[in-house]
Amino acid sequence: MANKLISQMGLPKSIGNILAARNILTAKDALSLTEFELMELLDVGLSEVTSAVALISEIACPPYQTALSLMQERVQNEYLAGHLPTRLKGLDEALLGGVPFGAVTELVGPAGIGKTQFCLKLSLLAALPANYGGLNGRVIYIDTESKFSSRRMIEIGATSFPEIFHLDGMAQEMAGRILVLRPASLPEFTENLEQIKLSLLQHQVKLLIIDSMTALVSGESDKDLKASKQHPLGWHISYVKSLAEFSRIPIVVTNQVRSQNSNESFHYPFQVWNNDESMKDLPRMESHLVAALGIHWAHAVTIRLVLEAHSGKRFIKVAKSPVSPSLAFPFVVTSSGISLVSDDGIEIPGPEISAIHCQGYDDIFDFNR
Amino acid sequence: MEVSSLPLSPSQRGKLIAAGYTTLSSLSSVSAPDLARDLNISEHEAIEILKVSSQSSKKIDGCHAIVTGAQTAWDMLYEEEFMTRITTSCADLDNILGGGISCKEVTEIGGVPGIGKTQLGIQLAVNVQIPIDYGGLGGKAVYIDTEGSFMVERVFQVAEACIEDMPYNYPQKDFQARKNKMQPENFLANIFYFRVCSYTEQIALINYLDKFVAENKDVKSVIVDSVTFHFRQDFDDLALRTRLLSGIALKLMKLAKKFSLAVVLLNQVTTKFNEGSYQLTLALGDSWSHACTNRIILYWNGNERYAYIDKSPSLQSASAAYSVTGKGIRDAASHCKRVRIM
Repeated sequence: MANKLISQMGLPKSIGNILAARNILTAKDALSLTEFELMELLDVGLSEVTSAVALISEIACPPYQTALSLMQERVQNEYLAGHLPTRLKGLDEALLGGVPFGAVTELVGPAGIGKTQFCLKLSLLAALPANYGGLNGRVIYIDTESKFSSRRMIEIGATSFPEIFHLDGMAQEMAGRILVLRPASLPEFTENLEQIKLSLLQHQVKLLIIDSMTALVSGESDKDLKASKQHPLGWHISYVKSLAEFSRIPIVVTNQVRSQNSNESFHYPFQVWNNDESMKDLPRMESHLVAALGIHWAHAVTIRLVLEAHSGKRFIKVAKSPVSPSLAFPFVVTSSGISLVSDDGIEIPGPEISAIHCQGYDDIFDFNR
Repeated sequence: MEVSSLPLSPSQRGKLIAAGYTTLSSLSSVSAPDLARDLNISEHEAIEILKVSSQSSKKIDGCHAIVTGAQTAWDMLYEEEFMTRITTSCADLDNILGGGISCKEVTEIGGVPGIGKTQLGIQLAVNVQIPIDYGGLGGKAVYIDTEGSFMVERVFQVAEACIEDMPYNYPQKDFQARKNKMQPENFLANIFYFRVCSYTEQIALINYLDKFVAENKDVKSVIVDSVTFHFRQDFDDLALRTRLLSGIALKLMKLAKKFSLAVVLLNQVTTKFNEGSYQLTLALGDSWSHACTNRIILYWNGNERYAYIDKSPSLQSASAAYSVTGKGIRDAASHCKRVRIM
């Protein structure tokens, strides 16, 4: 509604014409100026400007809903109440049903931990027919790291859902529903994203996966990023979010990790004098990993799942979620994809939930389980 | 008073000054036809100019106070005593805030992702509706969502827990009789949810709020989650950003005063290079940090969530622990333990 034309808003003719003459055509043009700037530019008095701005604002502002009508609408319109179940029982319960529609869910973790495995499983689940608990739709898989493996995906499908995959031609049909895009550069990726906006609605796409968001940016040098004031993915962040919301599908994005620089303290200035002592006690020696896309990106995702390994086990942690408490679930990667060792999450207090550990998980794939 | 300070269009102002009308007193005795002839404008326009100037001069002379619009500090003290506050559902946090988030003021709350900003926002949208009998405000809430992180299922949980906890907090009331009235559905129906998809819409909505609140007088809190999001992307002209943001802040302050409602702005954090290391700070830059009346920063202290009053004209800077539970914002776990020991 930001680009709504002022000429169609029914302003009084006199001021409407002046606005048009000064090339202020849309609500965005008018509202990007302060009232005094408008007075100067349009050469009219304050009262005219105020009433015009009030009218433009009223028309350009989005309509409201009460939270109640929002909830009723969701319950009525959405199959499975708006969640794609991951079939990991404990995790589904924590997330009130699975990966939510209309929101961005992020998987972050070190290389080889199982992010892509998780994505492959999710794409299968979205492609499955509805009578098997799937979403019966197409999946768009943006594979920026060239890690998508059809063979592995069919293997996961055949072991997890033998009854479906052993039907004749089913494997072909399932795999045929998953469309893989492989952009090689950031501009190409941008172009892909713009293209799929329409096809999301037209072609029954029920899931969008971006694996990974990081790969294309990390190619650019760090100094360039620091120099430009804006985040290189600033546009993508808001675009992906609006895409999720307007098409009401789940979007799953993976993120890599990098080691933390020694001069990154991640504390507020007032904390420094407050607990200077305790800060030194923190085990700085530990090799610390942080998500590759910084704090700006972390604010933008609705759910963050951290995949990590320590003390010989792998864990999947609900690091950020508006509905779930901070839980960690131990998991293993098997021939059927990811499975939880236990459905009872371990509650993790404090900021530990968003820490990413990576020590010793040589049990790469345990195919015999 | 000079003519140049009148809210007139630049060309009219120019004509006035060119014709020698530089002060308001010079305009007070002139008649509309004379002015029209002197400025070479239509009589209608001249009447408009005289109207504006007489309004401005009235403001100065015709008032009993020494300065128009001013209020004595004594009156303000009286008013402050009656200032209502919205509880956060966490006793420690309420304590350092002097009873809760204050109405009539703009409060900014910031913190790292996952610390509980949205949770606090939802909690306040629910708590503002606690009936007056139970020590609440019995108001309604406007929730402006710029990020799409509003989860209606979660609001339902928080509202349920809030109703559940009410008889416990005020056991003397006859709860059963009111129970029919107090359903989570009613709480949800009193939250007006706006989804804002661009900064233009955000500005438009904040301009429009004045009218909206005038029509819905029960609205006692406006929550913006977050004020930052759209202003962090696609913005090349940072000077324009600062101007627009300060415009928003001013309008919200006016709104808070006019309808005595609480405005809560949630803000994201960013890293800032300072004295050789990166430090966390709230986003939108230094000039924005002056814009809000109160500023609260949420942070991790060891394994506990803390809130720190970073800026407030009336409150001492202090910090308090809180926790985010299935029921919403509550006292920190350790606080309960301490109480038990005592």
